[in-house]
Amino acid sequence: MISSDSGSKYFEVRVLRQDKPGGASYWERHRVAHEPDMNVISVLQRIAANPTTIDGREVTPVAWNCNCLEEVCGSCTMVINGKVRQACSALVDNLLDDKAGEIELEPMSKFPVLRDLCVDRARMFRGLEKAKAWVPVDGYYDMGPGPAQSRAAQETAYPLSQCMSCGCCLEACPQYTQIDIPRQEGESDEDYNTRRNAEYDKNFMGAQAISQAVLFNSHPTGGMLSDERIEAMKAPGGIAVCGNAQNCVAVCPKEIPLTTSIAKAGRAATAHTFKKWFDK
Amino acid sequence: MAEQRVLVIGGGLAGLSASMKLAELGVHVDLMSLTPVKRSHSVCAQGGINSVNDQTRQLGDSEYKHFDDTVYGGDFLQHQPPVKEMTDWAPKIIDLMARLGVPFNRTQEGFVDRRRFGGTLYKRTAFSGATTGQQLLYALDEQVRRWESEGRIKKYEFWDFLGPITDGNGICRGAVAQDLHTMEIRSFPADAVVVATGGCGLVYGRSTMSMACTGSAASRCFQAGVHYGNGEFIQVHPTAIPGADKLRLMSESARGEGGRVWVSKTPQDSRTAKQIPSDERYYFLEERYPAYGNLVPRDIATREIFDVCVNQNLSVEADKMCVYLDLTHISRSELDRKLGGILEIYEKFQGVDPRDVPMKIFPAVHYSMGGLWADYERTSEGGLQPGSPLNQQTNIPNLYAIGECDYHYHGANRLGANSLLSCIFTGLFVGPGLQNLLKNSPHGTAADQPASLYESARNVHQSNHDRLLNRPSGGENPYLIHQQLGDVMTKAATVVRENSKLREAIKTVQELGERSKKCSLTDTGSWTNQNVVFTKALQDMFPLAKSILIGALQRDECRGAHYKPEFSMPGVESDDPAERRRLAEAWCDRFVENNQKFLKSSVAKLDEDGNPVVGYEDVDVSIIPPRPRLYGLVGGEVIEEVWKEKYANVNHHENGAGNGSASAAGAKVAQSN
Ligand SMILES: Cc1cc2nc3c(=O)[nH]c(=O)nc-3n(C[C@H](O)[C@H](O)[C@H](O)COP(=O)(O)OP(=O)(O)OC[C@H]3O[C@@H](n4cnc5c(N)ncnc54)[C@H](O)[C@@H]3O)c2cc1C
Ligand code: SF4
Ligand code: SF4
Ligand code: FES
Repeated sequence: MISSDSGSKYFEVRVLRQDKPGGASYWERHRVAHEPDMNVISVLQRIAANPTTIDGREVTPVAWNCNCLEEVCGSCTMVINGKVRQACSALVDNLLDDKAGEIELEPMSKFPVLRDLCVDRARMFRGLEKAKAWVPVDGYYDMGPGPAQSRAAQETAYPLSQCMSCGCCLEACPQYTQIDIPRQEGESDEDYNTRRNAEYDKNFMGAQAISQAVLFNSHPTGGMLSDERIEAMKAPGGIAVCGNAQNCVAVCPKEIPLTTSIAKAGRAATAHTFKKWFDK
Repeated sequence: MAEQRVLVIGGGLAGLSASMKLAELGVHVDLMSLTPVKRSHSVCAQGGINSVNDQTRQLGDSEYKHFDDTVYGGDFLQHQPPVKEMTDWAPKIIDLMARLGVPFNRTQEGFVDRRRFGGTLYKRTAFSGATTGQQLLYALDEQVRRWESEGRIKKYEFWDFLGPITDGNGICRGAVAQDLHTMEIRSFPADAVVVATGGCGLVYGRSTMSMACTGSAASRCFQAGVHYGNGEFIQVHPTAIPGADKLRLMSESARGEGGRVWVSKTPQDSRTAKQIPSDERYYFLEERYPAYGNLVPRDIATREIFDVCVNQNLSVEADKMCVYLDLTHISRSELDRKLGGILEIYEKFQGVDPRDVPMKIFPAVHYSMGGLWADYERTSEGGLQPGSPLNQQTNIPNLYAIGECDYHYHGANRLGANSLLSCIFTGLFVGPGLQNLLKNSPHGTAADQPASLYESARNVHQSNHDRLLNRPSGGENPYLIHQQLGDVMTKAATVVRENSKLREAIKTVQELGERSKKCSLTDTGSWTNQNVVFTKALQDMFPLAKSILIGALQRDECRGAHYKPEFSMPGVESDDPAERRRLAEAWCDRFVENNQKFLKSSVAKLDEDGNPVVGYEDVDVSIIPPRPRLYGLVGGEVIEEVWKEKYANVNHHENGAGNGSASAAGAKVAQSN
């Protein structure tokens, strides 16, 4: 940490900024006074309150996303000192212990940058749609209690159900590459979404969507769509793309057993192929 | 005829359940949210959701008892029919959520497991690990995605609702909103608008709520003419972890499992907690409440912690108010077994292991009981008329409020695990009423409105936006003003309220509000400009902040979360039996008299200058007559005895009894000071 004459301690924050989609990115350096109990969100709040660079230039505040500040909403994912994680649970003192005097913030690289540290993760939600990650109930009228569930089944389902669509697993995955589909001049919302979704669907759905497909296949009612989910996972952009690099599981903040899910999905896909082959 | 649409603002539990129910009923929905709906604040809820269940039923529990606990907990300040309907629905809601795939914890036999929460004797609370809110929200988010894939629901995520559009007759015809990336401002015509935008914790600077909980959307409705009910009722949670950015909740179970609360007798002792010998420690809850010790009720714990830090200056730290919550006397293995999940939260965000070092905690603003005024239609049995378009409608026709941002369900204080319930209930219940509204279109449809209505509404917001961006710099910093607003509100209108301080705060907040109009933006760009979005939200905090303060100032009593020591009613201290009875009767007389004056919801409206004027509305207490809340009060037994003998069967509330619909009472809103 840098000490100033006044006795308070400062550290430096390097932020990789970008003003708009497709724009050039550039580094900017800020100096922030150290306070107890700081996390990266409070660092960004201090910068927003006084957006002046280290060399005294007045700039626009850095843009970022956050909401819960408790690592349950998945909003604030970014790359901090080279590691993809949530800004709200990244504590300044720990970061400075690892790397004295400086913190480096970058947006995720697998999603198109909207501005500064904000990226467009719509593709993740499209992945959930493709995986039909829902229980196909008849409706929302009172039909009495659902199927009983064993404790063991709950204990298997619960960890998978904690996925907050943060995107860490996709940032770390060598098979997941950025797709940027800029909107065309005068294109309607509908046309743009159709064109964009078609492009997303051709590409790798990633570990989070596969894991959600496995979650819903394991649910008594959810399982009624198993075949459709398995078809989606066998289609281009599905499970076959996974190179089993296991990077995903290492970075998941919720410690979701992603490689176990991927293995399950792989086995289900193979079994499904055989079944279809015999049913012919 | 053009396709009719409902615009739902907010995708927390309330907004999502409304959207999915409407989609099921065949209604087309536009769903708008500041954040992707899956990232809404509802994910933060840890504890659980209440309903009577097969097991509690056999121990004597019933929907009625859940209803009774809820109105008793709320100090009788809620209209009873909506609460009765909600508690009747509760078991069905848990069944539905389980069917939707919520992984509720299960018993050995595979039933939904339950735990006990505050304010009741029964184990009513269903939970899903330590992330019940997240699990409920995801199940609803998934159903909404299902309807989205079928084209019934269209989402607008990263859009900021700027205000409802009302026509010349004061009927809501849609809303204006702004895209947070392109900054485009657009009108959304709609046959009904449902506001489900959650609480307003950010009016207090930092709270246990999420960053989107600015109350901006509710305030924009308020400024458009919707009444704001019971604003002064703000729940404060006794134990939160003070952080530089947020006050994170520390569950009550830490005290439940033996946690001890203390401070050093030396103010801001420079020694570490471990170095302070036990005779120099002040275990103030144990000393002041020998019977309950550290497990005093929430509001008492909150007040005492506040007192020790503010009035006695014994805060552990100088620049940050906090006390120790100490678990270090309990073995690690026991702590891991019983409190593992929540201790990890502390460790993750404080970087300190609470098994070795006492936690530092302080009370934090947690929930807004008040909110947008909403109506209902009562049945003769005392419940709600299903399918009535009056249910959840604000005083502006076609504009509805549900979830934490309505004022209906929790009165003066909310019971733990009842809020997730009210959010899902109101979301589901509003659907059929809206379907009928659209079918009958008593006020005409959005398609019948002239395009000019939508253009001019848009233009108003556009020029407001442009003005903000182009204003010559006024030198004020929105982030610093927000901090100052938070400080004033936290000091004056949380745990202990005093009229002199409230008056002072009203002045300061008025000044801050004026200054907020002179904010200089550091970003005047036209792409993802978070600076201008925040500044607008900040400016909209002031009408709510003022309503809270004025409501608190005018309410010269103690009720639920609203505590004014000047007007507290001490218990019965005497040992002499005759004297005890006499004092108890006097107490009951005063209680009745006070209720005649203050058992009324506050209803705020804005005058022409944009200042809130707070009037009052009678409460429908026709089902369960109000009775004293005596929890922990000295002499409570004798008061209860006397109450039951002499007061319980007399109707003290003829004005509030069975007025059918809240609008009847709403029409009577009187100005009073
Ligand atoms: C830490 C914590 C723990 C809790 N635990 C429990 C518990 O265990 N049990 C319980 O019953 N209750 C609990 N509560 C309370 C409960 O979580 C909330 O009351 C509830 O989730 C509110 O849901 P909602 O749908 O009304 O709003 P929210 O979930 O807050 O959603 C609001 C929505 O509105 C949107 N929005 C807001 N403003 C705008 C705008 N201007 N334009 C567009 N969209 C906007 C947001 O993006 C969001 O989608 C807890 C609360 C906290 C803070
Ligand atoms: S295991 Fe598959 S999904 Fe996970 S990082 Fe590797 S390639 Fe990606
Ligand atoms: S699986 Fe884990 S890393 Fe991937 S999106 Fe979900 S929570 Fe994030
Ligand atoms: S803000 Fe929700 S995960 Fe960080």
